[in-house]
Amino acid sequence: MCTYSTEKKNIDGSAKGPGGSWFQVREATVYFDHPVHAMATHTLNIDLADPTKGPSARVAVELTAASARSLIDAVQAALASVPPELSS
Amino acid sequence: MSEDLSATTIRISGHRGDEIEAYLARPEGEAKRGGVVVIHHMPGFDRSTKEIARRFAELGYDAICPNLYWREAPGASPDDAAATARASGGVPDDRLVGDVGGAASHLRSLDTSNGKVGVIGYCSGGRQSVLAACNLGLDAAVDCYGAFVTGTPPEGFPLKVTNLVEQLPNLGCPLLGLFGADDQFPSPEQVKELEQILTEHGKQFEFHSYEGAGHAFFSPDRPSYNVAAANDGWERIATFFAEHLGS
Repeated sequence: MCTYSTEKKNIDGSAKGPGGSWFQVREATVYFDHPVHAMATHTLNIDLADPTKGPSARVAVELTAASARSLIDAVQAALASVPPELSS
Repeated sequence: MSEDLSATTIRISGHRGDEIEAYLARPEGEAKRGGVVVIHHMPGFDRSTKEIARRFAELGYDAICPNLYWREAPGASPDDAAATARASGGVPDDRLVGDVGGAASHLRSLDTSNGKVGVIGYCSGGRQSVLAACNLGLDAAVDCYGAFVTGTPPEGFPLKVTNLVEQLPNLGCPLLGLFGADDQFPSPEQVKELEQILTEHGKQFEFHSYEGAGHAFFSPDRPSYNVAAANDGWERIATFFAEHLGS
């Protein structure tokens, strides 16, 4: 199915994108839906983008649900492993 | 059937007269024929959708696929355009109807047109195919496993679209529905509900549900591809359009 669900957050950081160039990312779009490339019917998809630079200024990942949950755990663990003043 | 065809990217007038991109595939020759509007799936105006348009040209129809994401991402690659359109909130129903209407008008303006136009869509496009058939003067519609034509979304589901139950009395042409029996969106129960509603309103329809097939069984480049269901489905589509779009 197409889930139509989309979560969007403003973010601040950098990503390595098209052509191997780094660019500033301003927006994260997260949705669980059909992937373009991954060999699964549905994946957790994340787009890190800078909408001011056009549609191609985007880094995309498509993760299985289990992989996405593992990634969440890893992100939380990494953030928890450092002094709070570094990650606030 | 036509061995020779041509395909090209053009501009057409879409919703509210907006200029949008479209992919037009046509058989060679001057014979009068019907037209087919192909609605691309949510991943966009991509290679597999254009292959579908060319297949309809090979079957003898003028076929057109409007780029529903042209406004948000002109010239972008299909996946980037789909991501941009999604981040912008997706395609509103009224805009979809306007764009399909513009595509149908373009087909009818061709010197080879016999005046008949059908519509087909897959996945999200399946729902949009039914939506178009409820709001435009078309001659045939095909819904390939479109979710949320009927059915109530699960509680808490962050749905941005509504079902089409209230619009179904306006369905203006015969409908062919092709579904996977293992699909949950639309589920067999939702397909049955659609059958019941169409029957109550005296609509002409033909549904086929394939055992062992899930969602997106027509997609040859995805793990969901089901050879038996897709092959039979194409046969059903060819027969259905020949009946309703033929001269």
